[in-house]
Amino acid sequence: MFPVSLNVNANDPLFLPVGFQACPERSRLDKKAALLKHIARSERLVTVRPASRLEVRPRPEMLSTGIAEVDAITGGIPHGCLTEICGTVSSGKTSVLVATIAAATRREETCVLIDASDSFDPASGQAAGVNFSKLLWVRCSQRELSHKARAGTPVSPNPSFMEARASSPALKLEQVLKTTDLILQSGGFGLVALDLAGIPGQFVRRIPLVSWFRFQRAVEHKKTALIVVSEFPCAQTCAALVMKLSIHKPSTLSSPPSENPAHAQVLEDMRVEAEVVQSRLKRKPVQSVTAVFRTQAVRVG
Amino acid sequence: MKPSSAFFGFTPTTNDGFFMPFGCIFVPDFPVEAVLRAEPKLRSQAVAVLEGKPPLENILAVSEEARRTGVRPGMTKLQVESRDGVVLRDRSELQESAAHRALLDCAQSFSPWVEDTAPDTLLLDLSGLDKLFGTLPHIARAISRRASDMGLETNVAVASTLQAALLAAHGFSGVTVVPEGKESEFLGSLPVDVLFADEADHEESEEFLETFRRWGIRKFRDLTALPEVAMSERLGQRGLELQQKARGMGLRTLVPSDPPLVFEEAMELESPLVLLEPLAFVLGRMLDQLCARLQALTLAAQELYLQLILENGRQWSLEDNLTCFQRTIHLPVPLLDAKIFLKLLQLDLKAHPPGAPVAKVHLRIEPARPRPAQDGLFLPSSPEPEKLELTLAKISGIVGEGRAGSPELLDTHRREAFRIQHFTPAGKNGSCSAPNHLVTALRMFRPPVAVTVNYESGKPSHLSSKKQIGGEVLWAAGPWRSSGDWWEQDAWMRDEWDIAVQEEGGIALYRLVHDLVRGRWLLEGSYD
Repeated sequence: MFPVSLNVNANDPLFLPVGFQACPERSRLDKKAALLKHIARSERLVTVRPASRLEVRPRPEMLSTGIAEVDAITGGIPHGCLTEICGTVSSGKTSVLVATIAAATRREETCVLIDASDSFDPASGQAAGVNFSKLLWVRCSQRELSHKARAGTPVSPNPSFMEARASSPALKLEQVLKTTDLILQSGGFGLVALDLAGIPGQFVRRIPLVSWFRFQRAVEHKKTALIVVSEFPCAQTCAALVMKLSIHKPSTLSSPPSENPAHAQVLEDMRVEAEVVQSRLKRKPVQSVTAVFRTQAVRVG
Repeated sequence: MKPSSAFFGFTPTTNDGFFMPFGCIFVPDFPVEAVLRAEPKLRSQAVAVLEGKPPLENILAVSEEARRTGVRPGMTKLQVESRDGVVLRDRSELQESAAHRALLDCAQSFSPWVEDTAPDTLLLDLSGLDKLFGTLPHIARAISRRASDMGLETNVAVASTLQAALLAAHGFSGVTVVPEGKESEFLGSLPVDVLFADEADHEESEEFLETFRRWGIRKFRDLTALPEVAMSERLGQRGLELQQKARGMGLRTLVPSDPPLVFEEAMELESPLVLLEPLAFVLGRMLDQLCARLQALTLAAQELYLQLILENGRQWSLEDNLTCFQRTIHLPVPLLDAKIFLKLLQLDLKAHPPGAPVAKVHLRIEPARPRPAQDGLFLPSSPEPEKLELTLAKISGIVGEGRAGSPELLDTHRREAFRIQHFTPAGKNGSCSAPNHLVTALRMFRPPVAVTVNYESGKPSHLSSKKQIGGEVLWAAGPWRSSGDWWEQDAWMRDEWDIAVQEEGGIALYRLVHDLVRGRWLLEGSYD
């Protein structure tokens, strides 16, 4: 039976389709059933699929972040979706991103890091186990200045103005969006990470929703995970998973002032609290699920 | 008028079963064909190639269409200019050299034994090729088709002797297969001047032709019908040789040549090009031809080398007011796609404009063996190298050159010591093992933020900067002193502090550096 409910007065000839004669001796239910059967046979409605028969979207393949606590609450980073990792300064978002990239490169996935503020530290990446031969690092900014200087074009007599323009957050964001489009069109990358953390909020908010929608559509049904790292959520409804990170007060600060001299102390670790604030992957509304994990400071160089 | 194409679909064999077929590729009106190869749109027009210094320029070669309009080699430029519809071009040694190399590639794609007889003539040993390419007529047709793909219209002849193949290619147009044992009859219809087509001594050839004309000998068959003794008495040993040659039986051996594989094309432009778009058309045509040659030899490109001769440029001077502009594009994996090469060159020229009108284009491709295409079944997908190269070139155009690639740490204790390498994801190089713990990553400030630091009890107590970073230092660990490169001019010595600063948004962890050489305090990055 076609699951359409109609309130029809079967005795009213105006409601009956053409060629359907009113018959007073029929019962009301028979008329209604016949009417519905006729409607179901009509060409326009035959193509409409009832909601009960719609295919359930398959659960995307999940990508491990390399952090067991985060994987436990999120299930991992979904392929074919946009994931946001948010947090203020020193909240641990970069550590989670680097750990995710390291885990992906160890699985031989090809990764891209589009670094809006050119802040990735290769030494930290190596300590985290990133396989650099599988990582494409795109360093935005300072394009206009270097390009004009190379082309021999007379630059402004005030170099500080040019530097300020070259490092303008709007220019960096423009580079990020263009580069992301190119990368997603090229295809074949397992993980595409956009690091917008160093860009002021008023600029990040100006990224139009249509751009996020385009990125989300570009990775949909593909084996590419798109991660956006920023200080606050910006992709809005386009994000399948939003994770918010915050720092617990470092143990060194919680403990009473040490008697030891400063050079005998070290920044041992950071306790990071991860909270899932939005997830489209679960049927039920997401509850605030949190996990705490530690990252260890490694002095390199 | 040359005789029409003759074709016999069989494979000649000798009585003892041993048969060595030979082939000959001949390009009629070679200077014209070299021009038409560079400018295919002229193929339907009447074209004449000029030689000599102005104003004493003469016609060197003409196309078939030009011949129909009455233009002949040897005419002066003035005589031809009066005729409508005849396109005149100067002879270009560069184009002829490129056409000759293309012809060699075409021949070598069929047989390893190729004799470089003349710029317009090649001889091939075709023995043993039947299992690869089919019967002799098939081979001849395939050679002709491949030469046509390379932009050259050729005469191809196959025979059991070198002389017969050579004469048939010069005498018959199109594809010709000379039946074995019937060379004399087959070549009999050719005019005697074909006999001297491959002769270097023109004076001697003219003498013999004059003699034959006086004797009333017009065709090969007239010459072969003469008695040998009488011929020897009148023309000596040379006369007998010519008679043997006319029968297709001359004692000639194949001298294989092994020319180096050089894939280059050059073009002198009629008028200098200023815009990149028309230059792209020229480059596209040259790339098509080079890729066809590479494909014929089952090779791919590893490096593109572009040289532009400019007018009134700023770089080092060659001659007169011409200058040279060079670009090299190294491909991480061997590729063979003319469209991608063109796009890469366009992007490169857009990022590095020549800066002056282009008078001459020289393009060379460094060949390499093509890469094996098959990857592991269970490996994660990776970007296609062709697409990736284009994408990287476009990204470099957006963010700047050298700002997109794989990082590589340098073997030094100096901070920020890394370089960017070209990104090549293929292969399993540089794998890293997983660390035992999660790492607190550092977000670098590039350039570092200059700060003012208040010191208290030997530790930083307060931080302030022009940017929105600053506040009371809650905790500080350090200093850790390091130094290096004291033997260099850019020696460094620094004290590092890890600090926790109370900011409006909460606690922030920074790495503070005291540059002891310059006496500055800098925030190098934040732990995040």
